[in-house]
Amino acid sequence: MRRQLQLSSACAVSFLVSLLGLPLLNYLCPEFMARRVFGFTLTWFILGVLFFPFVWLIAWIFIRRSIAMEEQEVREVQEKNAGPGQTREDTR
Amino acid sequence: MTPPASAAAIDLWIVAFSAITVLATIWMGFWSAKKSRTTSDFFVAGRSVSVGWNASAISGEYLSAASFMGVAGMVMSAGYDALWYPVCYACGYLFLLLFIAGPLRRFGAYTIPDFAEGRFDSPRFRKIAVVFVLFIGFFYTMPQMKGAGTTLAYIFPKLPYWAGVVLVGSVITLNVVLGGMKGITLVQAFQYWAKMFAISVPVCVLMAVYGHYGKQLQANEASQPSSSVSMLQFLPVNAMAPAWPAADAGLRAWLNYARYQLGAPPRKPDPAQSGAISFRGASLDQVLRIYGDLSGSSVLKANLAYPARPYDLVTNGVNAAQSAELVAGLLRNTGIDLVTAEDALIIAVPAAWTERVQSYVRDFGLKPARRQPLPEKAPPDGTWINPFGPLTTKAAKAAKLSAEEARPYSLLYTYSLIIALVCGTAGLPHILVRFYTNPDGVAAKRTTMWVMILIGVFYLFPPIFGALGRNLMPDLYNGLSGVRGTDGIVLRLPTILSEHFGVLGSILSGITCAGAFAAFMSTFSGLLVSMTGAMAHDVYGRILRPTATPQQRLRMFKLSAVGLGLIAIGLGTLVKDFEINFMVGQAFAIAASSYFPLLFMAVWWRNLTMRGAAAGMLTGGLLAVVAISLTSYTTFVTASVAGYAARPLPGWLATLKAHSLEGFWAGHPLLRILCEQPALWAVPTALITMLIVSKLSRKEVPADIRMKMLVLHAPEKLGLKQEYIQEQYQHGH
Repeated sequence: MRRQLQLSSACAVSFLVSLLGLPLLNYLCPEFMARRVFGFTLTWFILGVLFFPFVWLIAWIFIRRSIAMEEQEVREVQEKNAGPGQTREDTR
Repeated sequence: MTPPASAAAIDLWIVAFSAITVLATIWMGFWSAKKSRTTSDFFVAGRSVSVGWNASAISGEYLSAASFMGVAGMVMSAGYDALWYPVCYACGYLFLLLFIAGPLRRFGAYTIPDFAEGRFDSPRFRKIAVVFVLFIGFFYTMPQMKGAGTTLAYIFPKLPYWAGVVLVGSVITLNVVLGGMKGITLVQAFQYWAKMFAISVPVCVLMAVYGHYGKQLQANEASQPSSSVSMLQFLPVNAMAPAWPAADAGLRAWLNYARYQLGAPPRKPDPAQSGAISFRGASLDQVLRIYGDLSGSSVLKANLAYPARPYDLVTNGVNAAQSAELVAGLLRNTGIDLVTAEDALIIAVPAAWTERVQSYVRDFGLKPARRQPLPEKAPPDGTWINPFGPLTTKAAKAAKLSAEEARPYSLLYTYSLIIALVCGTAGLPHILVRFYTNPDGVAAKRTTMWVMILIGVFYLFPPIFGALGRNLMPDLYNGLSGVRGTDGIVLRLPTILSEHFGVLGSILSGITCAGAFAAFMSTFSGLLVSMTGAMAHDVYGRILRPTATPQQRLRMFKLSAVGLGLIAIGLGTLVKDFEINFMVGQAFAIAASSYFPLLFMAVWWRNLTMRGAAAGMLTGGLLAVVAISLTSYTTFVTASVAGYAARPLPGWLATLKAHSLEGFWAGHPLLRILCEQPALWAVPTALITMLIVSKLSRKEVPADIRMKMLVLHAPEKLGLKQEYIQEQYQHGH
């Protein structure tokens, strides 16, 4: 559970930094963010187009790691259960 | 632009497409009703829906009228700031995925109140938790009803707003009564794809004809001091017709109109005038330079002391009229006519210039982009395309703060909005209930991933509609919040294609109407199911009559569906003047300050007690409801008063007007922002209350908390999986 929480938190932090950082950038350097990219303003392009794939990437990494983590946990528990005197709860 | 004549007529294509969607939805309800027989089927579809189906169904349910119509409408009316809505609607799922989806599924309860009771072994907590299913549900159904009213008022122009609400509301309620959840899963999955098709195809056709996303935005050149000329437009006479409003009557009438605007007497047009250049987004210096290049004479900037004009649209502090006067003064007696449209300086040039201008436009690398002049109510380009525009500065503007002073307020508003949307997604009861239809926690995570992709792709499109709408159908700004306002842009915009392609415009508009139907029907039925579930399963089945038989519960399910449907319809008729997207945002804020803290803490903090969870959820949630209601009340009164225009107000409204709080908000912009978007303080308040109260009531931590946390977090393969409901039934319920 702790490892799951660490993974979740790491992903959440990278997501939040970019999500909450964008308004700050808009606030601090408006000229730069209003620069034109393919006709979009830079900040519109980031928020309206690039942000979605970025979030998919985080989600994809999270799911892969989290499922791997669960499988590892199952393996560890099964190994321990094979030994004597172990209950499932002890593996926590 | 829709010709005014067609506004009163009913377009049969649109009716046909909408009718097909509605009938297909109803048919699927009946068809699935045959298949769902047991109580379990009604509640969570027998818990056996595959990842693909479930992801489509969640997306279908999630993409409401707010996503389908509201986002486009709000991007059109507010510009950049409104982009936070689609982005956070989609990205909020990441929070759900990271912290809540897997554990919640493992716990295995039907509804959030089930979870609340199971996690704390407290039937009392269930009663408290149920309240917010209904609160959030009703706040969320109102915008769906507005969507329904707007759409029907568009299809049948003579139908009043409330009639559309009643009609759609009844159809969906009936469908829920007959089909239950199983039917809804299939219908929802189908409706996701219907909505995806309905938004992407028309927008792609529109972009192919009128220019792509980037080019549409390029037409909205912000007034940055460093910006270059974005739009140098040359229009031969025959191309002028579609581009300017008075063009139906031809260039001549238009020129005379423009001259009249400038105070110059109308005169017989010069036959040598064959076209016009518009300098949009150009500063006076740039206009003069380009003009000098074209005319082969150097034009110098003269003194700028001109009387102010009512419209101030050309950049760098010099308005269109001033620029026009200045240039006109310099060009007097050259046989060249110079006029302003509402947002651009336009120079009518002699025929001999045609080629020169065209090559100049080519050399400049600028392609002509068509754009309608913006009406007065539209936000100017600079505030529309840049962050911290009309949406987030409303309160500061009402307080008469300067643009520079308003910026920190806007930033605050933006942050509060982001928190509400991101956390709110993770606390929406009608979405969470769907995670129980996954076979296990891993499937729940996979489903969330697919949901994020499905809705992310969808959300690319509505803002494009907004940008296109601003350039091509700006007359909707004049009906800002009513049924003829920007909320209808997705429905109305495709009709402009009829100008060139005949019936294609009607067909595409029919398709978007069908998508809108799919949107509010699916979300409304999803909400109704979860609210009805709360009533029948929690209030009736657990609180009022725990001994009820499954037959009695099923009957109660149907009865509650009818009752709740009627209340939702009643509320829906009140919200004609609110923006769809805005209302949904508020439902999110309530979810963010009540259920999100509850779920988050209950899943990850083992020392959370029932008392702490209840205190936090109630404090955060109720404060948010009250704060939101205060500002919505003011908006409601103001809009109602405006609706009477010059007519005398009825007594009740006059009384309300006297107490509309408007003056108070104008004096306290910060308070207004914090009340309109309460998530910034309400979410932390809820979390902190939970922490403190739980610490104080430490002894009440459930004895088997280790086991409960294990059930939440251990992989299913370990065999710890327990179905909470089964356990309850074994205990004799």
